[in-house]
Parts: sequence; structure tokens; C-alpha cells
Amino acid sequence: MTIKLGVPSKGRLMEKTFDWFGARGVTLARTGSEREYAGAVEGVEGVELVLLSAGEIPRELAAGRIHFGVTGTDLVREKLGLWEQQVEEIAPLGFGQADLIIAVPKIWADVDTLDDLDAVAAAFRADHGFRLRIATKYHRLVREFLRDNGVADYQLVDSQGATEGTVKNLTAEAVADITSTGDTLRANHLKILADGLILRSQATLWRSRKAAVDGAQKAALEALTRKLEVDR
Amino acid sequence: MPTRGKIRARAAELRAMFEAEGAIAVETNVLQPAEVLLDLYGEDIRGRAYVTSDTLRGEQMLRPDFTVPVVQMHMEHGAEPARYTYSGQVFRRQEDDASKDNEYTQVGYEVFDRETPAAADAEVFALIQSVVAPLGLRAATGDIGVLMAAVQGLETTERRKRALMRHIWRPRRFRALIERFAGRAPVPASRAALLAKEDPMALDAPMIGMRTEAEIRARIEALRADADTPPLSAGQVEMLEALLSVRETLPFALEHLRDIAVDMPAITEAVLRIQDRMEALAARGVDVDALEFETSYGRTQMEYYDGFVFGFYAEGRHDLPPVATGGRYDALTRVLGQGREIPAVGGVIRPGLMLQLEGVL
Repeated sequence: MTIKLGVPSKGRLMEKTFDWFGARGVTLARTGSEREYAGAVEGVEGVELVLLSAGEIPRELAAGRIHFGVTGTDLVREKLGLWEQQVEEIAPLGFGQADLIIAVPKIWADVDTLDDLDAVAAAFRADHGFRLRIATKYHRLVREFLRDNGVADYQLVDSQGATEGTVKNLTAEAVADITSTGDTLRANHLKILADGLILRSQATLWRSRKAAVDGAQKAALEALTRKLEVDR
Repeated sequence: MPTRGKIRARAAELRAMFEAEGAIAVETNVLQPAEVLLDLYGEDIRGRAYVTSDTLRGEQMLRPDFTVPVVQMHMEHGAEPARYTYSGQVFRRQEDDASKDNEYTQVGYEVFDRETPAAADAEVFALIQSVVAPLGLRAATGDIGVLMAAVQGLETTERRKRALMRHIWRPRRFRALIERFAGRAPVPASRAALLAKEDPMALDAPMIGMRTEAEIRARIEALRADADTPPLSAGQVEMLEALLSVRETLPFALEHLRDIAVDMPAITEAVLRIQDRMEALAARGVDVDALEFETSYGRTQMEYYDGFVFGFYAEGRHDLPPVATGGRYDALTRVLGQGREIPAVGGVIRPGLMLQLEGVL
């Protein structure tokens, strides 16, 4: 049996992952037509490439259906409860850096910290009759962060994309989203809270703690980690 | 008999016992409208309760406790005074510890009584204590009302008191607010810069979102006023700290609280209520001389309680949650009563934990 390596199936994340493995002598490539999600691995025996949506890789690792996977720290922390027991961090890959942050309208001159956000949330609820809305797709991470920091009277509203636009569109008062350069936030007239950094994320190679490994797979697993020089 | 059957049988016994005390047995739906619970507890409840949904009714929660639906039921069509009992499963998300139960049976006893709150407190406590007595548990008691009264009595602005009241249930944030109001925590540089500006809203940024310019300006004004507010005196902070550190057997705690009340008259009534309760407990045969009292007890988990609070714990079993808990929740009836309110107190027992401690499970 081969071991399975899950890699994001699209875009820059896929290309950079291919580059990272290529630089270590493991060639990953898509095969077949442009639209077919099939791949090939050269440079190490017994490893099969599985192309997946980055958002599904944490779940596949936790289920033990893939042995290794590349995805962001943000997605692993958001989607896996007790993530340390389900996956092991093998190596940060040095790209896909992004911070999960909380941002509010720049015009909110009175708001710079979580403390301010909490006070504004209380006043907003009294004025508007509903809780201040924070748009995000990272429900668990944001909720835990705000609970640990004693922020109350807010609600999370789900936003799976174009989150920075929700404030202007009046569907949220603040956002919690991933940013790398901050350009999109600035373009949408938002500013990051001084103590609003929830998590620093980057593309990372993970090993599943749940995937069963037989003798042949163990050899392939060791060959791969040796080749990648991430053996510890 | 399988585990579930044993728990159900014990739950039925307890409920029958509560019925014999005059309680009416009630049932509630397992699925509760999410809106009510979200409104009460805020977003945090999503971390503790299971949420599900359909396209017609929207979000529903798997009942995380019985108190809220029982209060709603009473506020809609209950006669007074009233005693209720119930038993059934509650559901709690456990994402940090897979060893904790995410579904368990609770049996409860709730008293809605306007006339004699101290007697009702004592009734609920004594009844539950008698049920768990064979297990030799440690009882913890407290009273959230004392801290609330103390905050109301602080010599400071209403705004600051409101901020403290809002965070009674979050001790860390409460402490941070006290530090700030006492002038012990440094003013953040951004706050100082804001207050120094002639027109802080003269920014290169458009007005976006539902929070209006008037709201922003109002808060800036409030911050200016707050900056001019004298700090809480060291004496007041000390008294609050003394109050929060009271942890003794009930008669000594009461004496200690009376001493504090001399300098902090705002808590006098709350202290008298503790005294009334002590007498009522003694009249019910509770050994009050051995009963622990802690002012800070119940501040982290029991957020709708606003008076008497209690819990029963298995000594040396920190791995186990409390076997029984309860308290007074007058404010909850006000929130759910749409203009009506009634003093209420109640408690729940976990029959599954009782059987586990008895070695039956």
C-alpha cells in the first residue's frame, strides 16, 4: 500500500507546494487534462498524490484517509478540536503567510483595542436592539479568542467570501478575517485592532496521527521524511 | 440493567420524590429556539450548545438546560406560587475534553415564590442536600447578590458601574476594569492620543457601516468624561477585594461581611438576606456551622444566577463535574417575563454521577 499526500488542488498554494517539494527532490505534478484532479509523484517510492480543496485537508487528515497533508494553520485550528491529538506539525513551508485578525471601520476613531470593541458592543446593542455583528468564516477561533479576552455582546455572522465588504453592505459592523498585506482591508476602509491578532498562519506540512500504517507504508513514510529532511 | 436504564430509574425516583414535595412534573422540548438562548448568553452559548437548523424554523439548539424553558413556561401561564420538577437529557458540546459527557440526565426542582425568598432558598438547598447526603459530598455556597450590591454602591459614575455589572461573570475582565478605574493600569497610548485631538473624527476615512457618526461622537464624549472621572479610591478597591476574598464557614463569613458592610453600607441588605437564609437553612436542619461560604463562588459558570448559589462536589474527584448545582435567578424571570417577574430559585441533580459515585455504574 502507498501512503497518501494531500495537496491543495488549485492556484498559488498548489504551485508553491509543488515548488517546495521539488526543491527537496520530490517532484509533484498534475497529470491528465487541465481539469482532471490526478497527480504523480517522482523521486520517492510508494507515495501517492491526492489533490484536494485546502479546506478539506484537515478533515481528511483527522479521518486518517491521508497520511500527510499541506494546508494552513488557520484551517487546522478552526476545523479540528484538540488538533494536536489528531495531526502533527511536520514543517512550516514558508509561504501562504496570513494573519487572522479583527478589523473595524477606520472611521471608528474611538476604537483601537478589544477593550474598546467590548464597550462599543454594549452600546451598540443598547442603541440598535441587536448584538454587534462580526463577519467571519473562522467561527471557533474567533469565538474562543473573544471569550478569552472578555468581549461580550457581539454575534458572529457567517461570511465565506468578500468578508471585507460586509461592513459597507451593512451586513456586519466588524470583520474577523485572514490578511497578508492588509491591502484589501485598507481598500475597504477597515483597520486592524492593536490587540486583534488571533492567529499567525502559514502553509504547513502535517502528518495524520490517525492514519493506519503497515510495514510497506512505514518504509515509504520514512523515505519521504528523509528526503524532505524533516525527520526528527 | 443497562446503564441508561439505571440512570432513568434513578431519575424517576428523584422526580417522584420532588413531586411528593408538591412539585408539578413538567416536560420541555429537546429542541429550543436558538434566538432566546443566544439573546441570553450571547455567542458563547454556541461553544457550549449544539446548534442545528432547518430552512423553516431556522436555528434550534439541543436543550443545554431546563431552566430557561421552565421559566418561559411559568411566565406564560404559571400559577403562583409554583413548584416544578423535571427530568431528562441535556446536551453540551465538549470540544476541549472528549472524556466529558456531551449528553447527560438532569433532574431539577424549581420554586417560584414571591413571599419568602430565604425560605425558598433553604427549601431547595435542604432538599437537594438530603438527596445527595449518602454520597458525603462537599457543599459550596455563595451569593452573587453581595458582589452586585457592592458594585452598585461604589462611589463612581453610573457608566463605570454598568461596565462592572456587565462583567461580573467574567472575573478577569472585571479585575482589569477595576484596575483601570482605580487608575492603576496605564491609559493606552491610543486612548491618550484620541483624547488629545481637537476633532478625533477628522480622518481620511468614509463613514461606513451601521454605527453612526453620532454614536462614535457620543462614545468619544463619554471617554472624555471618563478621563475626568476621579479614580476609585484605594479604600473602595480594598473593600471590594476584602469582600471577594471572604471564604469561611457561613457564620464566620457572615460576621466578616457585616464588618465590611459598616464601611460599605450598600451591601447591608444583601448581607441581611444571607442572615435570613442562614436562619432558614438552620430551621430546615442544615448544619450551617459547617457550611462553606465563598463570595466569589459561582462567578465563572453560573451566569444567570444573581443571588444564592450552591454546588455539591465529590471530594478528591476534580475530574468530575459537580453532582448538583443551583441558585436564585430572579433576573432571568425578568428577562424572559416580558415585563413580568417573579423571584425564583432552583437546582439540578445528575443521577448518572450519583450512580457512578455509589459504584453502581
